[in-house]
Amino acid sequence: MALKKEVVSVYVENTANVLTRVVSLIGRRGFNIDSLTVSATNDPMLSRITIVFEGETLTLQQLIAQIEKLEVVKSVKALDMNKSFFRELLMVKLNADKTQRSAIKEIVDIYRAKIINLTRSDMVLELTGSPDKLDAFLDLLECYDIIDICRTGITGIEK
Amino acid sequence: MKIKGAEMVVEILLENGVDTIFGYPGGAAMVIYDALYKHSDQIRHVLTAHEQGASHAADGYARSTGKTGVVLATSGPGATNLVTGIATAYMDSIPMVAITANVGAGLVGRDAFQEICITGVTFPVTKHSYFVNKKEDLADALRNAFRIANEGRKGPVLVDITKDVTEAMINYIPAEPLELARREVEDLGSKAEKFAEFINKAERPVVYAGGGIIASEADSEVLALLEKADIPAVNTMMASGAVPSDNERSFGLLGMHGSFAANKAIAEADLVIAIGTRFSDRVALNPKKFAAKAKIIQIDIDRSEINKNVYVDYSINGDCREVLDAVLEHVDEKDHKDWIRQLKKWQKERPMHIRGYSDIMNPQQIIEYVCEHTDNDTIYVTDVGQHQMWAAQFINHKAPRRFLSSGGLGTMGYGYGAAIGAQIGNPDKRVIHFTGDGSFHMNLNEACTAVSENTPVITIIMNNRVLGMVYQWQSQFFEGRHSQTVPERKTDFVKIIEGFGGTGFRADTLEEFEEAFEKALKCEGPVWIDCEIVMEEKVLPMIPNGLTVDEMIFE
Repeated sequence: MALKKEVVSVYVENTANVLTRVVSLIGRRGFNIDSLTVSATNDPMLSRITIVFEGETLTLQQLIAQIEKLEVVKSVKALDMNKSFFRELLMVKLNADKTQRSAIKEIVDIYRAKIINLTRSDMVLELTGSPDKLDAFLDLLECYDIIDICRTGITGIEK
Repeated sequence: MKIKGAEMVVEILLENGVDTIFGYPGGAAMVIYDALYKHSDQIRHVLTAHEQGASHAADGYARSTGKTGVVLATSGPGATNLVTGIATAYMDSIPMVAITANVGAGLVGRDAFQEICITGVTFPVTKHSYFVNKKEDLADALRNAFRIANEGRKGPVLVDITKDVTEAMINYIPAEPLELARREVEDLGSKAEKFAEFINKAERPVVYAGGGIIASEADSEVLALLEKADIPAVNTMMASGAVPSDNERSFGLLGMHGSFAANKAIAEADLVIAIGTRFSDRVALNPKKFAAKAKIIQIDIDRSEINKNVYVDYSINGDCREVLDAVLEHVDEKDHKDWIRQLKKWQKERPMHIRGYSDIMNPQQIIEYVCEHTDNDTIYVTDVGQHQMWAAQFINHKAPRRFLSSGGLGTMGYGYGAAIGAQIGNPDKRVIHFTGDGSFHMNLNEACTAVSENTPVITIIMNNRVLGMVYQWQSQFFEGRHSQTVPERKTDFVKIIEGFGGTGFRADTLEEFEEAFEKALKCEGPVWIDCEIVMEEKVLPMIPNGLTVDEMIFE
């Protein structure tokens, strides 16, 4: 069976150790995940954990069934990829002297990214968007001297 | 009404019908123990030698009575000593509430004396846990612990309470036990009909019975299914007693040390009906080849058990008893005479055999003798290892909750605590504890508990002077290199139990055993019978991991 990327959205009680419980479960059951983010919801009692997972459908079902058993979990579902929005935040720090700045600025403008810090020798860029957009942006930056990258991981919501 | 947190612990135990708990006091738990002192007429506290013994006792109490087992311990080592017992209960889905006291909230996180984050330690082995460091959270945590332990698939819940909360004055409002949420099966009628269709069409069906039948008390529904559609049954160790061994359609234990007939039945069936069972690696030894010729249909209360180890063709996620009830309506009366005749043939071809030894006992004979000389209500408890498998194979299992054994975790040292817990929960029943010299050395210190509580548990030590199960594997798979399984111990079990204040016998022959057992039945307190058995006796038959019944080892 082909591996498929899935995004699982988990509503959890906003209590102590919730993240530990979910992460520890994923770890000990041996599920491989790409990313995990936690965020607030409009209900102060609940948080949302968004898990990006690559695997077979059966493994995905097993992951959901296992998470669902945790007392702190209110609901779990795999988001429908065609009916959901996914966003991620990226920050990139790269070496850039005055000869490179304008070329990088051009890419930044096309992607509607931001330069959030600039020194004589380096700059820090920020971009929010779908994971694909972030990948493409990074691909263009590959020819520069990247010092550091951080991505928040995906958060998603259904239409 | 304002009462101390510790009093609230006692009140909520009483709300939940608890009249017996197992535990061990300590600094952080002193306020709770003070409250127990005042309520000693309402709650019997059984003091064990070690917290591990207390947790196994609570487990044995729960398995044998069907009630929630409650164990209490202090912070730090008291709490960590419970872990093996909690994990044992978790793996076998036994309802348990473990209450631990922790250091005062002001000291938490400062590596205080006897401070440990027991919720963190137990995340993987509890259904849920509470860390109560605010007095207003105490009542909810304790009440929910009882609910969660019993809701859906049962299991242990831990409540860790800081000492200051046990001292704090809290407003107590009495309440009824929380209602258990029932997972209603959507469209049960049509699902049951479809499930029954598989059964009605099958020519060689077999019921694969698991411990969930005992947890949901679905044994009579299972028997009704066997009768109505004339279906043979095989069982996991956890389901021992769910279908009585002497039922004409019972073909006994399945899996690694199961019978040839039971394993053959699964291999040759065209339909496997899995009820309350999880296709463990000791049963589905090769999950890809398990029931290779069959469609598999499954009932389980835990959705994550469906398609976890073995892919099934159809399943209903719900309580075994409720689902079976609905399924039975749609099951046609049928007979499968030829199929059952075939199973009987396999049974005859390769029976569970007892080897004869002229001058030394074999363990199976002991078990058969004990079964013949005890009544139907007798509760048999085992430790883990060879003796456990012989017990599972040779005990004449009559009813549910009469065979207590650590299945999932395989905890050596489980038996004595569990037997004492079972005896305390069932004062009118006979409790027999089968153990091996390896397992028994782990927790035989609970003899002091058996003496203090005057529990007449009879412990039968299958003494082969080796760590038999590993020894057997070393003989078979490691060219006889018996690494660390021949301990050369000189333990005199009779002297030890006498030292504890109980009664001991030694038996080198079956005649001596019979004599000792007869005397043991008349003793008041705990009795040990140290039985010299043959060292080279193996647990057979056996299907090694990853193989099938075709590769079964008989000799």
